[in-house]
Amino acid sequence: MFTPHSDADVAVMLKSIGVENVGELFKEIPARFRYPDLNLPPALTEMEAADDLDSIAASNGTTHDMLSFLGAGAYDHYIPAAVDMILRRGEFYTAYTPYQPEISQGTLQAIFEYQSLISNLTGMDVTNASHYDGATAAAEAAILSWHHFKGKRKKVLLSRAVNPQYRQVIRTYLQATEGLRIEGDDQETGLDADLKRLIAQIDNNTALVVVQYPDFFGRIIDYKPLIEAAHAEGALVAVAVNPTALGLLTPPGDLGADIVVGEGQPLGIPLSYGGPYLGLFSVKEPLLRKLSGRLVGETTDVEGKLAYVLTLTAREQHIRREKASSNICSNQGLMTLASAVYLTLLGKQGFRQVANLCYQKAHYAAHVLASLPGFDQVFSETPFFHEFVLRPSQPLDEVLSHLREHDILGGYDLGQDYPELQGCLLMAVTEKMRKTDIDFTREVLMEVENA
Amino acid sequence: MLFPEGLKYQKTDEWVKVEDGIATIGVSDYAQDSLSDVVYVEFAVDPNDDVKAGDNLATIESVKAAAEVLFPVSGTVLEVNQAVSDAPESINKSPYEAGWLVKVKLSNPAELDNLMDAQAYQAYCQER
Amino acid sequence: MPEPTIYELSSPGRKGVLFPASDVPEVALPDQFLRTELPLPEMAEVDTVRHFTRLSQMNYAIDLGFYPLGSCTMKYNPKINETTARLPGFAYTHPFQPIDTVQGNLYLMYTLQEWLKEISGFAGVTLMPAAGAQGELTGMLIIYKYHQDRGDFKRKRILIPDSAHGTNPASSAMIGMEIVPLPSDARGNVDLSALKELCDENLAGLMLTNPNTLGLFDEHVEEVIQMVHAAGGLVYGDGANLNALLGIVRPGDLGFDVMHFNLHKTFSTPHGGGGPGSGPVAVRQELLEYLPDPVVSMIDSGSEDCPPLYGFTHPSRSIGRVKAFYGHFGMLVRAYTYILMHGKDGLRDIAEKAVLNANYMMNRLKSTYTLPYDRSCMHEFVLEGYWKDLPDVHALDIAKRLMDYKFHPPTNYFPLIVHEALMIEPTETESRETLDAFCDALINIAREAREQPELLHDAPHNTPVRRCDELKAAKDLVLCCYPLEELQKPT
Repeated sequence: MFTPHSDADVAVMLKSIGVENVGELFKEIPARFRYPDLNLPPALTEMEAADDLDSIAASNGTTHDMLSFLGAGAYDHYIPAAVDMILRRGEFYTAYTPYQPEISQGTLQAIFEYQSLISNLTGMDVTNASHYDGATAAAEAAILSWHHFKGKRKKVLLSRAVNPQYRQVIRTYLQATEGLRIEGDDQETGLDADLKRLIAQIDNNTALVVVQYPDFFGRIIDYKPLIEAAHAEGALVAVAVNPTALGLLTPPGDLGADIVVGEGQPLGIPLSYGGPYLGLFSVKEPLLRKLSGRLVGETTDVEGKLAYVLTLTAREQHIRREKASSNICSNQGLMTLASAVYLTLLGKQGFRQVANLCYQKAHYAAHVLASLPGFDQVFSETPFFHEFVLRPSQPLDEVLSHLREHDILGGYDLGQDYPELQGCLLMAVTEKMRKTDIDFTREVLMEVENA
Repeated sequence: MLFPEGLKYQKTDEWVKVEDGIATIGVSDYAQDSLSDVVYVEFAVDPNDDVKAGDNLATIESVKAAAEVLFPVSGTVLEVNQAVSDAPESINKSPYEAGWLVKVKLSNPAELDNLMDAQAYQAYCQER
Repeated sequence: MPEPTIYELSSPGRKGVLFPASDVPEVALPDQFLRTELPLPEMAEVDTVRHFTRLSQMNYAIDLGFYPLGSCTMKYNPKINETTARLPGFAYTHPFQPIDTVQGNLYLMYTLQEWLKEISGFAGVTLMPAAGAQGELTGMLIIYKYHQDRGDFKRKRILIPDSAHGTNPASSAMIGMEIVPLPSDARGNVDLSALKELCDENLAGLMLTNPNTLGLFDEHVEEVIQMVHAAGGLVYGDGANLNALLGIVRPGDLGFDVMHFNLHKTFSTPHGGGGPGSGPVAVRQELLEYLPDPVVSMIDSGSEDCPPLYGFTHPSRSIGRVKAFYGHFGMLVRAYTYILMHGKDGLRDIAEKAVLNANYMMNRLKSTYTLPYDRSCMHEFVLEGYWKDLPDVHALDIAKRLMDYKFHPPTNYFPLIVHEALMIEPTETESRETLDAFCDALINIAREAREQPELLHDAPHNTPVRRCDELKAAKDLVLCCYPLEELQKPT
């Protein structure tokens, strides 16, 4: 354990304070509740604890020992060794929030570079120092739009093709906002790639339209007509992105997005059973003052030297308190560093390669798997990035079960969120997957068909 | 610290100057001093808006604080001082002149009686 | 010399980490959707590593020195946590894997839930919230929904002590509550008569940090909670200061209805330069159904031959999902490791040493600095960073001068109810030598304030940059560096 006190230390300190024993320092605690006998296992030394955690971890199956087509918001990418080496530096990971800029320039400059990288990648003007994850960033976008129109516009439209978890979190965050309606993602509005039925619902009572790019099914959709329609009605548009796709695709800023949110996990952050991840949040300049979360800006010190500081802090909770539009107090700190190091290590060429490999391998997988008798690719007429939807004629749980017998994790069962896609599988392919893995999967699936 | 005569003040540090039924409103020297350097002003109203005393007029942000400015009187907004958006420091340098915020056509001049005169406001500030 | 940015270090054609050529037949990319430029830097790996290594060297960190920040609990971050969190069996698990492949993860989360329940005296825990502030939002949504479900729509008022952290009112405001500040009395407790007047049928609840941000345990905490309950309100506990209470008293036993934990404070997970944190929330029995969906549960208790099966359940009146997936799993592994290594005696030792350290420092400093509340403190205390006869010396100057002594300053200007506040929390992992060195520095600075005040006003002198122009940062906004024209050429 980590308290350094010797008995001699304690004696000296008690004497200095003027009490007989440590117990006297707790006399304000109600006596009948003092010193509860906690039912916890006995303390283990580091060696024993390491052993315990080793066995717990070893009992799991992982994307390392199984072939995984799981995506749906978290992706298995290769993380170069240098990323973790930088993250492990005590100066970065045991540092606090950079409220004292004089001794936090490392953290501040790293965040400034992160802000710049994401702004450049998304084609937006300003990026904040991050939100918790893509889903909460989407919720903050909805809150921003509510405040932007001062509560006079009472509708937020969500595309049904936005990640179901994002839509759930938006609803959780806004459940107490009286008068606000969240619509557009019902089964009737549907999943058509032309978005006509969603666009038809945009009016001058719409504060925000949220779409995803590529969407939850991996589809690449042209959002220009939707964005134009929204702007014609004075509404804002938030685009939720997968940053890897931006290695290839037109950035949403160039399409006219007012807000870009997204999940930064693909940028050098391990899967780690769902967290911690990284909420990307960028806006165009007119929305800058409405941006919640931390912002790092450039300035100079008293000697005229270039320096970085947290800025526009008057927007934040510690100053605005109940007038703050968001309670966010932290950012994802070390995760922003991870993504900045990842993007810099890969650079223009490496990042483009990863995006291209994801695209090519996913298309190969879709082609060979959908060409199996009894298997169809859903939405095949729409371009896609690195995820696609397969519909087997066999019951999906049998297919997944058979794949499991061969240590293959087939993908995400879409029936849990979309009744109209009952029995359909969402499969993701990244640069890590080899042609031989895909061919092997095909052979295993052929057995299902023949069974 | 300045407390010009002839103006009316309220506890939340706004001042009002009335000429021919038109009220010019801003924040006091005490307010700008507490805020320190103003970096941004966000108006909550536009010309032609009808407002009531107590409604939100603007939010003023400085490096270390943010403050709500409230209407001390009711009426119709005639003009909003956009120049202050481009040069927010004029609120610090000239809170009673160049740093004015809005002009309002009064709907209920009797409300002015609820406000403090310069002496009362100065005494109030001294106790804070 | 300032360290250039990655864009300034970039040079066209430089290659960093590259990937293999594609092993599948090539298909055409969708022309109409392709970007023409990709403005990312181009640097060799060695230059990237050097750049970020040099940046790290401009930082202060717990691994370098003392961080007496009040209510932040900047304790030592055990290195074993970094090893366990990175075990491949954890790091390579996808959140949508079938539950039978991740029983290790689910066991860890379930066990951590049970331990947190036991430590705090509550009936249920969610590990989902990503940070303390999100834990607060979660807890306040639970209170909100509880009243809504009972048809108690009038209950919109939340009472928050004037010493509270800014996230408290911000979290309540996010859900449309009316916030009424509650004054503290002369001893730093909640003012009971003020509370009494506000306890009526409009009361949704009270948010209470105990010990509060003055480091003081409320001497009437049970009465405060009973008054709120009698009026039909619920009490939310901000658990930021739990470090003082581990093994000493359980907030659930005192009567709190819901609270959040800060794993990155009490349970040693690292601050990472601002995050990620983790803010689990605990509730009493009647509020179990309101927890975020899903909760980790024991689906089957198993038998002699068969281990229990862990999975997810869906609380019947859940406030909903507050973030994607299940929480900051990587931080949960660290907290689990930490509690495993301490056990009940170790946890109590943490609280005792944290409170001992704080009282020791307070006693060494109280004759040099004004102590606004003359009571025994818990794990932190607040001093006034000014002297009436030296009106030009402020807490800010003292803070900046401490950096010349190679210490991170304590929290300043918070809590708001103390003039020129310096809020000091040593934590339990500091040795007496460190505490003495810090107290000596503060005493020295008090003398300098009198004899050589310019040393304070010009401080810091020896840091990578000196005092920064925050006004310029806010007025001439530069929030992004743009790549050189070279990088913007079509790829």
